[in-house]
Order: sequence, then structure tokens, then C-alpha cells
Amino acid sequence: MKLAVWTYEGPPHVGAMRVATAMQGLHFVLHAPQGDTYADLLFTMIERRGARPPVTYTTFQARDLGADTAELFRSACRDAYARFRPEAMIVGASCTAELIQDDPGGIARALDLPVPVIPLDLPSYQRRENFGADETFLQIVRALAREVPKAERPSVNLIGPTALGFRHRDDIAELTRLIGETGLSVNVVAPYGARPADIARLGAAHGNVLMYPETGESACRWMEKHLGLPYTKTVPIGVGATREFLTELAEMTGCAARPDEGRLRLPWYAASVDSTYLTGKRVFVFGDGTHAMAAARVARDEIGFEVVGLGCYNREMARPLRAMARDHGLSPLVTDDHLEVEEAILAAQPELILGTQMERHVAKRLGIPCAVISAPVHVQDFPARHSPLMGFEGANVLFDTLVHPLAMGLEEHLLAMFREDPEFHDAAGPSHLGPHAAPPEAGLPQATGITWRPAAEAELRKVPFFVRGKARRNTETYAGERGLSEIDVETLYEAKAHYAR
Amino acid sequence: MTRHEHPTPGCRDAPVLRERGQREVFCGLTGIVWLHRKMPDAFFLVVGSRTCAHLLQSAAGVMIFAEPRFATAILEETDLAGMADAQEELDRVVARLLARRPDIRRLFLVGSCPSEVIKLDLGRAAARLSATHGPALRVLSYSGSGIETTFTQGEDACLAAMVPALPETPVRQLMVAGALPDVVEDQMRGLLDGLGIAPLALLPARRADAACAVGPGTVVALVQPFLGDTRAALERRGARVIDAPFPFGEEGTTLWLAALAREFGVAPERFEAVTAAPRARARRAVAQAAEALRGKTISFLPDSQLELPLARFLTRECGMRAVEIGTPYLHREMLGPELDLLAPGPVLSEGQDVDRQLDRLRAARPDLTVCGLGLANPLEAEGLATKWAIELVFSPVHFYEQAGDLAGLFARPLRRRAVLGLEPAP
Repeated sequence: MKLAVWTYEGPPHVGAMRVATAMQGLHFVLHAPQGDTYADLLFTMIERRGARPPVTYTTFQARDLGADTAELFRSACRDAYARFRPEAMIVGASCTAELIQDDPGGIARALDLPVPVIPLDLPSYQRRENFGADETFLQIVRALAREVPKAERPSVNLIGPTALGFRHRDDIAELTRLIGETGLSVNVVAPYGARPADIARLGAAHGNVLMYPETGESACRWMEKHLGLPYTKTVPIGVGATREFLTELAEMTGCAARPDEGRLRLPWYAASVDSTYLTGKRVFVFGDGTHAMAAARVARDEIGFEVVGLGCYNREMARPLRAMARDHGLSPLVTDDHLEVEEAILAAQPELILGTQMERHVAKRLGIPCAVISAPVHVQDFPARHSPLMGFEGANVLFDTLVHPLAMGLEEHLLAMFREDPEFHDAAGPSHLGPHAAPPEAGLPQATGITWRPAAEAELRKVPFFVRGKARRNTETYAGERGLSEIDVETLYEAKAHYAR
Repeated sequence: MTRHEHPTPGCRDAPVLRERGQREVFCGLTGIVWLHRKMPDAFFLVVGSRTCAHLLQSAAGVMIFAEPRFATAILEETDLAGMADAQEELDRVVARLLARRPDIRRLFLVGSCPSEVIKLDLGRAAARLSATHGPALRVLSYSGSGIETTFTQGEDACLAAMVPALPETPVRQLMVAGALPDVVEDQMRGLLDGLGIAPLALLPARRADAACAVGPGTVVALVQPFLGDTRAALERRGARVIDAPFPFGEEGTTLWLAALAREFGVAPERFEAVTAAPRARARRAVAQAAEALRGKTISFLPDSQLELPLARFLTRECGMRAVEIGTPYLHREMLGPELDLLAPGPVLSEGQDVDRQLDRLRAARPDLTVCGLGLANPLEAEGLATKWAIELVFSPVHFYEQAGDLAGLFARPLRRRAVLGLEPAP
């Protein structure tokens, strides 16, 4: 057993729902107890969809367990087909139904429905949401994709976007535009918006663009092996990755036209003098593997931050993430325990956190600026406005996203200058939190056995609150390493000089 | 009080449409989200799967970041292999939990669908853990699983589990059962004090050490309609339950108080003196808030078992007409007084086959539909105005001072539709 308050991922059948909800003309019959319909509201509320997810639940109750739950599943399948007339169906079991072992696949096959019925194996006690999505899409592709003649105009498929995906909607639009500018066209986007008939013609493309390895890699591997479709390995988030992606795409398809970079603003914004203060800002990055790695690359190579922590919650991406962390000289953090993430953040004392909804709340508690770069996210990160992460517009969005939570350069300079003024004094806290802000140093670990002389303490309070925690920690570490039991003003500045970058 | 007595027709004998099929409802685990706030010294440990943890996270929304006093012990593959292991694992998880939260005085082990299907005996675990960690910590167990409970029934199961452990008392007292927001509880206390009804025991009590006893002298009033098992458990302890309409709206609150006043021999003059002013206030507030509701039709999809009392309030005090009143479970005896007050006409349905119920809803096209969050936006997209039901369980809605707010919760979506000048994009 594992004690959990917060989970980064739902169970695998939620991943299957993300694929089913993304598609058209597909229906999911899920063997599940009463109550599992809660997952519908993730789609209707967080993603704000205006239609129910195409999922029929058997909703068995205790009194059904003695009787025939298999019959319940049989009739649910029959009714769902009769009512929704899907082009194909997927069937599976949620965690409780997995225990009662009714075999949804076998039952559905025996019904002999006039459409393909695809059974799913979703091991709820070992795997999670992203696995569920990846596996579901793989099974759909295996069942429906066929060898078909290549389209005349060279084209690619966009693979991996799902319902409830972080910025998937806008990434599709941005990539479609970018790919169009290279002279290619998009054959099928899947699972997002695809029908079963579209899955059948995936093979008409000349290659696949793997947008999100978490939810599309297995299908891409299968298509590479069975349909001869190569797929891209670079996820085009950030300027460098987008350029690399375009090169990779050109090699894969022979279409080498370079898209117009006229609308790309990140490089100039990052080069402009106002961005100078961003140099070496310490950032902690956590999220799903794909987004965490992409954000770390942008942070270091395109904005000039220093990455002081890198981790992901999905162990499927542990290997590439570990390699990247080594490249940054960091020990990687692969965990789905949010308390471990919080500890790592405290230890690293970053000036900016890039993470999920959970890290946003940790950051709020610690008074550290933060931006959301990965699922899981709340409703506000399914915005009405166009906000991709991929391609050139995505790079522009990322610049704004990563930089906004930090005070603008001039603002920071003024803060330091006016720090004794009533608006900016220590206890005021971040102005956007009003009088409810936590004391700026709450939550910082206190070193034991080292005391601060009053003058040093007073000097420390002149340091702006958003870097004070780091200054305190550095000074105490410095003093501790030298066996000092007291910190005076001298020690403070010695430490500052020692850690100066 | 005579103006409230309507012996004529009512819905007590009206036929009820009973349906089975897909149910778009929450399971009883959701009750934890409001129960844990009512019992600040209690911790709720769900023994379940990742799905259970995910549900709590989705239902608790932003509350999950405030170190809430609930968590899930997620079953893993190894726990499914052998029963002995699972009990040991549970002991380990509880010990770890108590080390983190030594302030906890009551621990509820909450059963889920997976824990019940593998027949993990949480009752035995609770007894063992009570012996290990008692007397400072009391450990109880109940089921909040979807196979046993629907949404608010989780509270019923929790309170019912507490009843056998309550101390015995012979004292003639009033017990009010059902968790209420603190502000509402204080108002209720004020009214009962004014009427001279004492002593008063509350179930659940805010703290483990608060006096809450039961016995043959106990008279029980329920403030929530979903407490069938709690009612039965209290009766088994010798308590007598007073069935009355539930304290929603001016009329419901007055009838609820009147039933208690009769039981405790409160003089009519005193009743009048205590209730006259808040009644007039409530009537005024409801009249104002209900302007948008008058003459409008409403349907309820099943959710909380609050549907019948709320339909009674909306039809009698706000001038609405009910088309269909769906409820997950209809306890005839307990809801008898409500059914008596409800004018004949609406379809009464118990249980759900969601697709068929939606067919009926689309055919009737009521002005307002009360439903869960999984259905609300899809119905809005079809042009039907909705009021999401969960808010009715979280918000203060009982008794006089909240009557206007309660009407306001239903009026707001209709006023909003009138205010928005844009046609949604197709």
C-alpha cells in the first residue's frame, strides 16, 4: 500500500477515456462500479467540453456482484451500440472490475457486433493514466490501421494528442501550420479529432510526427514496424528543438523548405537588454518527462537560466530524463510522491519553479515565482486564447510564461532600490497576494547550532525577500563548513562573495 | 401553523418510476470532502485504488493542497496477493500516518469498491488498530464504496458507524443528526435555545471528546434526508426519530421546528415569539430571490437525495413547477412528510438509466435542470439551463437565514442566461 493525498496521474482507464473522448465515432464501454463516472467531469469541467465523453459505464453495485455482472456488461455493450452506432468500440475494465475478472474482450467478441470491438488490457494496480492512453491508442491502431497506397502529396500524421492534454489543441494548430510551410501536408491527426476511418488511412502518410511520447510512442513504434512509417524523435518545444525537428522532418520526408521565422520573437526577446537580469536565475523543473525536458532546454539554452533541479513523475520517461539531468550536472528526480518533490525544491532553493498544478501550490506556499509547464493542470490552463507550446508561436508563449512570474528587470531594480519603503518592506510580501501572503520565509529549513548576530540579521533583511531564503541558506552553509557558531555582517558578505556567480 | 397543514392530495401514494442502468453519480467517498471539515480531530483513510485517490482529488479540487485530513492507502499488486499481507500493510500505513499527524483523535478506515471486492476486513483492522493506538485514538470503519453507496450516503454510512460506539444515556434529550456548516449549526442552536429545547446532542460531534450519547430518552431530528441507515442505527439504540419536512426554506424550517416544539411541549406563544421575526425575514428574502423562478419548470437528475425536499421548497415557496424529480434512493417513511406537501404532477423516479432519463429531459425541456458536473456543460451546450447539484451539499442552505440564498442558487443560472447577450458559437 502507498499513502497518497495527491496523485500526478489517474488510473489507466482514465487514459483510455482521454483517447476515446479525443476521437469521433468511437465508443468506450467500461466495466466499472457506480461512481466511476466522476471522471466525466474532468472532460466537461476542466477541458470544458460541451458533450459527454463517449463512455458507457456498467455501473455495477453490490447487489449485482452475487448475480451476473457479465450479463450487465453484455447488455451495456449491446445498448451502447444500439444507441450511439459507433464505427468502432473499445472495451475494458476499471480497477474494481479487473478484480472480478469478467473478461470484457471475450464477452464483447461473443456479441458479434457489426463493428470492430477492441479489447483493452489496463493493469490498474501497476500502471497509470499515461500508460492507459498510450496502450489504448496502440490497440486502436493495431486493430484498424491497414497498409494503404501513399498519398500523392508527401504528408505526415500528427500522433499523440488526446483529450485533457496540456495545450494539445493549440499544439496541433501550430504544428499543422509549421508543417504546411515546409511543403508537407497533414494526413491524419490522431487520436485528437480522428474517426476510426481515419485510423485506417494512417499508412497513406510518409511518416509520423510523434508529438507526445507519453501517449503516442507505442503506436508510432508499431506503425514503423508494420506500416513502414518512420517517426520524429524530437519534440518541437522551444526554438532549438523546433529547428532540430524541422531538420529531422526534412530528412524523413525530403521536403526541405524552411518555414518563415519572421513570427518567432523568443531569440530577440531573450537577447534584449531587459532580459539580462534573467542570466543564471535558478530554476527547478518538474512535470511529465517530455515537458520537463523541453522546459529545461529552453530555460538553460534559450533564456539563460540555471537549471538546479530536474524531474518527472512518469517513470516511462525516466531514462531520457536521467540522461538530460546528467548533462546538466544534476541528480534526476523520478518520483510520483509530491512530498519528495517539495523536499527537493526546498533543498535547491530555486528562484523560479516550472512544474504542474502541484508545484504551483508548493511555490505559493514558499513565496517562489512559478509557471505551469505540464499536466496535471486545473481549468485555467485550458485557456480560451491560442496558447501552444510547440513551434515558433509556442516558443513565444514559453518566453512569456517563463519570464512573467519573475519581476521584470526594471521592476526588480526598483524593488531593491526602494526596499525600505512601506510598499516594499519585508513583511509586505508579493503584492498580488494582498494581505494574505504567507510570511516570506515560512517553510524554509532553519539550520541548527548557528546563531545570527542582530546586525547580520538586520543586514539579511535588506536582501529582497524573494532571494533572502537563498542568502540565509548559503550563509549558514558557509558558516557551517567553517565551523562558525555565529554569523555577523562580515560572514554574510564573505558568503555572498563565496557564492557570487 | 395551520396554514402549512395540507392533508390533500400530496405525492405519498404517487407511483415511482424505478430504473436501473448507467448511473451518472458520485460514490460515497465524496462525503469525506465535507465530513472531514466538520470533524477537525478526525482523519479519513480510504483503502482503495488509484481511482479512489483520483476521485477524491477531483472532488476536493483546490482543498487538496491545504493538508486536508484525508488520504488514500492505494492498493498495489502485492496487496492483492494475500489477505494477511494487506492487514500488515494497513498497520504500517496507519503508523506512518499517525507519526505525521499525532493530533488525530478519530481515524475512519473507509472501504472502497476494490477493498470490498477483495473482502479486506476493515472492521477487524479498526478493532485491532483501536487496541494498538487507543485510547487516545478511536478507529472506526465504514464503506464509502460505489457498489454500496451513492454520494451523500457516504455521510450516512459514516454516522451510522459511529452510533454503536456512542455512550449510553437515559436522559431525555434532542439529538440532531447530519453535518451542517458551522454557521447554520449555530443558528439552529439559537432557535432551539429560544424554544427551550435542551439538552442538545449533535451527530457528528465536532470533537471526539464532546458529549454525544444516545439512549431510550433520546429524540432524534434529522437535518438531511439521506440518513436512513443512521436513523435505523439510532433506533436500535432505543432512540425515537421524529419525521418532519426537512429544514429548507421558511416553510420547511418552521415545520421542522414545529414538530420538535410539539414533542417538547413548547407553548404556541413562545414558538410564535421565537420564529416570527426570522420567518418574516426568510419570506422576504425568498420572495426577492425567487422572482426569476416563478412559473418556471424544473427537473432533478438523481444525485444527493436532497431532490424531493428541494423540489418541495421550489414549488411551494418559489412558484416553480416540477417536471421530474429523480433521486438515487427514495426512503418512503423518512420522506413521507415531504411527499405529503408535494403537489401531484411530477414524475418521481428512483435510480437511473442515464440515457433514457436524458431522453425524457430533452423531450420535456424544463427551464432549469439540476444535475451533476459531468452532465451540466453538455446540457448547457444543448441549450438547457442547469444548476450543478454538488454546490447544494457544500453551501449553507438550511434554516431561515439561508432560505434566500437557497432560492438564489437556483435563480442565478436563469438570471445569467438572461444577462449574457451572446449566442454561443455552434
